[in-house]
This record gives sequence, structure tokens and C-alpha cells, in this order.
Amino acid sequence: MSSRMIMRGMIGFYILLFFGYLFGPLVVMSITAFNTPSYPAAYPFEAFTLDWFVKLWNHRNMMDGLKNSIIIGIGVVAISVPVGLAASIIMSQIYHRARSLYYLITISPLLTPGVIIGISTVIFWRDVLSVTDVTRSMFYNGMVLTVLGQASFISAYCLLIFMARLTRFDRAQEEAALDLGASYPQVFWHILLPFLKPAVVSAIVIAFLTSFENYNTTTFAILADKTLVTVLAGEVRQGTTPALSALAVIIIAISVVGAVLYEVVKRREQMQAERAQRQAILAERGEVAAVA
Amino acid sequence: MSSRAIVFIIPVIVIAIFWLMARREARRNPDPTRKSFFERNGKALGIVFIALVAFWTLFLVALPYLYMVVESFHPALPPTKRGGPDDVLTVAQYSSFVINPIGDQVNWLHMKALVFSILVSMAVTFLNFCICYPLAFYMAQAGTAQKVRLLMLGLIVPYWVNEILRAFSLRLLLASKGLINQALMGIGITDAPIDFLGNNTGLYVGLSYAYLLVMMFPLYNAIESLDKNQIEAARDLGAPWWRIHWDVVIPYAKPGIASGCTMVFMLSVGSLAAPQFLGGPRVLWFTAIIYDFFFQSFNWPRGAAYAFIMLVVCIALVMGMLRLFKVSLGEAIK
Repeated sequence: MSSRMIMRGMIGFYILLFFGYLFGPLVVMSITAFNTPSYPAAYPFEAFTLDWFVKLWNHRNMMDGLKNSIIIGIGVVAISVPVGLAASIIMSQIYHRARSLYYLITISPLLTPGVIIGISTVIFWRDVLSVTDVTRSMFYNGMVLTVLGQASFISAYCLLIFMARLTRFDRAQEEAALDLGASYPQVFWHILLPFLKPAVVSAIVIAFLTSFENYNTTTFAILADKTLVTVLAGEVRQGTTPALSALAVIIIAISVVGAVLYEVVKRREQMQAERAQRQAILAERGEVAAVA
Repeated sequence: MSSRAIVFIIPVIVIAIFWLMARREARRNPDPTRKSFFERNGKALGIVFIALVAFWTLFLVALPYLYMVVESFHPALPPTKRGGPDDVLTVAQYSSFVINPIGDQVNWLHMKALVFSILVSMAVTFLNFCICYPLAFYMAQAGTAQKVRLLMLGLIVPYWVNEILRAFSLRLLLASKGLINQALMGIGITDAPIDFLGNNTGLYVGLSYAYLLVMMFPLYNAIESLDKNQIEAARDLGAPWWRIHWDVVIPYAKPGIASGCTMVFMLSVGSLAAPQFLGGPRVLWFTAIIYDFFFQSFNWPRGAAYAFIMLVVCIALVMGMLRLFKVSLGEAIK
């Protein structure tokens, strides 16, 4: 019994250390956002201030970068989610001998370092878009290249999300619809797509967030433009200011709220499912009783 | 431009070969119940699916990679001379990795940087495995559902703070005026601040910190599907705890371990933020050298060549490791 308690204590201590490692730096950084010294310091805590948030708001480059990041994120979602969906459907129907090559090609962007994706995107599209002057002047810019570069690996994430959901799809539903006279496109729009809806939602969220925080690919593909992350990188390289900590506080706050909301929604769904199940059992019993 | 145009022909040939193979097979074993792709999805949807996937796999994945490789076999020329008579195929970019063209000496610096990046990444991979394994095991096998959900939430939140800000937060801790040095000097362990960033401690910690969760989730997924009865059985048969892990859990979770390790290793070798913001002034990270070829000396072909060298060496290493531990590539990248 006592050895068990020691084991428990050790596990608790280890979990504490682990989360200390994970959160410690973030907590310290958050404290510096509210402290007055212009060099970000957590200790000694001189006085509480919100100035760094104001400075952040007035930081032109960062606000421009933020705007670009959001536009790029929307562009990436618009490409990656449909591509991932189409790719997952083709994955389930493709000529069997071509499947392993197809799988390798679609998964390879996930194993390729982001730096290489960025470089190849720039080198390739520079020449392709330079074929005519019109395409060069219209499309050869950092925003377009970043969307293309990020979409190349984010589509693969979306593909994996859709594939995971598709494996749980009950083919009987499709057959039932076909027997009732539905056409294949109708099956897609009325059966498959509604079934995939949760995967579509998570693909959109993950695609946007991955795009938003990407650095390695973006730093090459962005050329002369900027995103929030590349502006941040420039700031960190030049020196340190508590305004960066303030930004981190905002991001952490948003993700905490998002995570808690997600948890609440999930728990409510679970409770509803349980209630529905209970009612179904009760209803069944009632029917059985009525028949008897 | 002709050598570059070849790139566009390769996918056409590959697709044609597979298409002909499919046609031949269909003619040999006719299967009347089998529907063609367009019958199966409708014409409009079928075309949309194929167009989307073709755009992605060709123009965003295969062609840029092939194009980068071809570009690396060209000399670095100003834009006006590209495609001209000077634009010949050459291995100069690759030989410059071995022999530095400036001074004609063996290019120890860049070779050392590659070896250093790889060794550090391997160490980081191993370290992260050691850090993550106990918690992954606890969450997957020992913890109650509610506790696991809470722990998961705690894992996901820091994951969405971007790489740069996480590096920044570590820099605040490890800087010479940072909290750790303040604490060490306050207790009296050292008199002068320790230069954690200068001696590369920052780099190692930064890499480990950045990719901790990339290791955690595959490990958790792999261990979670292990039947608890197997552990019970081993325990009932009198196995000590370390044998349970060594002989039951780890062999079972091998594909997950392989996929976590592969991802951490590849991300770490290719990382740019940690060496840029947490490395010492003299640290030579291989991706940072590539970065400089692009942004400082504007030698894109050489940067492409170095990127290709890095990719080939890393893939060879990963494949070698997977073979050593008898995991198939398919299992590892599932």
C-alpha cells in the first residue's frame, strides 16, 4: 500500500514538473506584460500597467501583419479544406496500384521541413508566374505565394482529418440512399457531406490556426510582404519589449477561452447523447410493455 | 529553359503509365458491377474533385519539389542571364558543400553544421521521448477519463501559442538578466549570470520545448489502444514495472513512438526559430545557413542544393532508423 502511495506521489510530482515546464515560461512572459520596466522582467514587480497593450495596439507593422495573416488564413482555408475533402474521397476510390504513390505524395508535405516547402514554392512560382507579365505583376507577391506554400502542407492535414472521419462512415447509409433512388451526387450532398460536417469544422479551425502561426514556410514565401509572425520574428531579433508579452497574453487568453468553450460544447453534446440513449431505452421498454 | 521544362513532363508520364495500367487491367478482368470514377461521383463533382487534387498534388507538391531539385543543378545567375548560354547544368552547388569555392578548401564549416544539426535533433528527439512517455502512459492507461480530459486541455492551450512567442518566453527566462539567473544568483549558486543563450542551452531547451507535444499525441494515441488486460496479465505473472514497459507497452506502441520520433526529428532539423532566437552567436544551424543563402548572398540554387542535401540525409537517416527498429514507413506516417 505504501509503495503505491509513493508511486502516486511520484506521478503527481512528475505531472507537476511537466506542466511547470510547459506553462512556466508562458506564465513568466505573461507577468512581464503587466510590469512597468521596458526590459521585460517578471521580478521585481514594480507596478501594474496596461501600457504595453496600448503600445501593441499602436504598433503599425504588427496590425498590418495581423490583417495579412487573417487574409492568408482565409485563403488557405478556402484552398485546403475543399482539396483535403476531394483528396480523401479520391483516396477511397483510386486505382489500387496507384494508391501507395498517391498516399506518399499527399503525405510528403507533412514530413518535409517547412523551410524546403517555402523555398520550392518560391523558386517554382517565380518562374511559372513570370511566363507572362500580367501574371507576374498580378500574382507574384508574398501573399499569394504564402497561401500556395502553406496550402501545400495544410491540405495534407485536412486530408488526414477527413480520412479519419471517413473510415467511420457506414456504407449501408449510402446503399440505402441509392436503393431509394438517389443519384451518386445526391448521396454526396445529402448523406456524405452532412456526415462529414464535424470534420469540415475542425479542418477549417485547424487550417486557419496552422496558417496563422506558421513561420518556417512563410518566412521564405512572404517575400516583401509581412504577416504577424514574421513581424514578431523581426521584433524578437531586434530586441525584446513587453509589448510582445502583451500579444502573447492575448493569444493565450483566446486559446484558453477557446479550449474551455470546446470543452463545454463537448460535455453538453455528451450529456445530450446520454439523455437520448436513456430515452430510447425507456421508449423501447414502453413498447415492449405495450406489446405484451 | 529546356532542362527545367523536363520537370513538367515527369508527372504526365507517371500519370499516363498508371492510366494505361488501369485500362489494361480493366480489359483483362472485366467487372460489370464496377463503376467508373465519373459514374460514381457524377460528372460535375468528379471533375471538381480531380481538378482540386491535381492542382494540389502537381502544382503545390510534386512540381515545386522537382523544380527545386532541377534549380539546384544550375549556376546562380542574375535574372537577365537565366535561360541564356551561361545557364548550363552543373553540380557546382553540390561540390561547394564539400569544397568551398572561395579558397578551395574543404568546407568543414557547413559539413559540421549539418552533423551538429542532426546530432542535436536526435538528442532532442530522445529527450522528448523520455519526457513525454510517462505522461502519455499515465493518460492512456492509468488516469480517469475526467482527469485525462483536463490534462489534454492543459496540453492543447500552449500548443496554440506560436513558435516565435514560445521562443521569446524562453529567452526571457534564460537571458542573463532573466528569471533563472536572478534566482541562481539570489540563492548564491553563482556570482555572475550564466550565459545560457551563448552556450546553446537555450537552443536545446527551445527545440525540446517547441516539439514536446508533437511527441505527446502520437505516443498517447498508440498507448491508448493497448488492452489494459495485457498489463494486468504481465503484473499477475510477477513482472516488475520496468519489464511491463519494456516488454509489453513499448513493443506495442512502437509505431506511435516511431511516428512521434520521426516528426520531432524532422521538425527539429528543419527548425528556424529556435536557432535564430535562442542559439548562441556562433551556432551554425543548417537551416540558418540555407536562410542566409536566400536572404544575404541571394544564391538561390546553392540554397536549393543545401536544402536538398538536408532532405536526402534526413530521409535516409529516418529510413535507416525505422529499419533498425523494424517499423515500416507506412505504420510510422499513419
